[in-house]
Amino acid sequence: MSTCPECGSDVALHDDLEVGEIVDCDTCGTELEVVDTAPPVLDRAPELSEDWGE
Amino acid sequence: MRVGILYSRIRKDEKLLLAELRERGHDVEKVDVRKHGFGLDGTDAALEDCDLVVDRCLATSRSKYATEFCKHYDVPVVNSPDTAAVCADKVRTSLALDDAGLPTPDTTVAFTTESALEAVESYGYPCVLKPVVGSWGRLMAKLDSRNAAEAVLEHKATLGHYEHKVFYIQDFVEKPGRDIRVLATDGEPVAAMTRSGDHWLTNAAKGAETNSFEVDEEVAELVETASDAVGGGLLGVDLMETGDGYTVHEVNHTVEFKALNDASDVDVPAVVVDWLENRAAAEVEVTP
Repeated sequence: MSTCPECGSDVALHDDLEVGEIVDCDTCGTELEVVDTAPPVLDRAPELSEDWGE
Repeated sequence: MRVGILYSRIRKDEKLLLAELRERGHDVEKVDVRKHGFGLDGTDAALEDCDLVVDRCLATSRSKYATEFCKHYDVPVVNSPDTAAVCADKVRTSLALDDAGLPTPDTTVAFTTESALEAVESYGYPCVLKPVVGSWGRLMAKLDSRNAAEAVLEHKATLGHYEHKVFYIQDFVEKPGRDIRVLATDGEPVAAMTRSGDHWLTNAAKGAETNSFEVDEEVAELVETASDAVGGGLLGVDLMETGDGYTVHEVNHTVEFKALNDASDVDVPAVVVDWLENRAAAEVEVTP
């Protein structure tokens, strides 16, 4: 469990959390980046950039 | 082996890869390229001791330059910066595919709205205008009329980054509501799927329905040639059916495979890690 930096709600997290992964806040919908796992810390994820992709 | 993963976002694809690598006991060094500098004399990123570095950068620009620095530091990297440079640029991809004698959609590049409109008119309607850099079907325009063409060209010329003033115009291919994605390692098909939808764009990222596809001899040969044409590596080769054959329209160098892993019976991350292990072993043989 961690806290959404946007709205302050609790965010439920799965076990195999990975730094760099993106999770959604179920309350406000903000995309959040996992910046640490022990303990879990979340930050607002970067906006989509034009050169993102595969 | 010790494997470096260049990344800036961990997608499901990277999680599958990380899980497979760790399950096999490999040391994994995750390198978030946003947190490091890459100098001519070295980097603070822990790349030096890696037997192999795998580029999984989400941003094409980072992928191109980070792999260049790996090469500069003599750290083995897949895919190579040469492959990344070709695949990241639709113009270079078209030229490479055509040079290799592959069927690929007829394409014209123009540098002004006037010459672009001339090219559009010569193809007739519909035709397609694409950004030279980009993915997931974003900023693709199917031009159905001269009015639409004039509007889109003016918008790109006025609002766009300078790369949008390189107008990449392509013949519209009447495909049967689907295209084909083949994931290949150095030209060897690993798994393939069709991506179907009602929209003219059938990218998985656009919500297309995915189904397993059996690679036949003709497709396998096209994939091998396309892979060689762009420098090889772990690639996603996209083809369209034309009625009397196939046309190769795209090759992706930081290929996503989560949809393919779900659509096919192949354990894609396992086969990819097999290939990485072989690549790392080959590097050790080359540099004892």
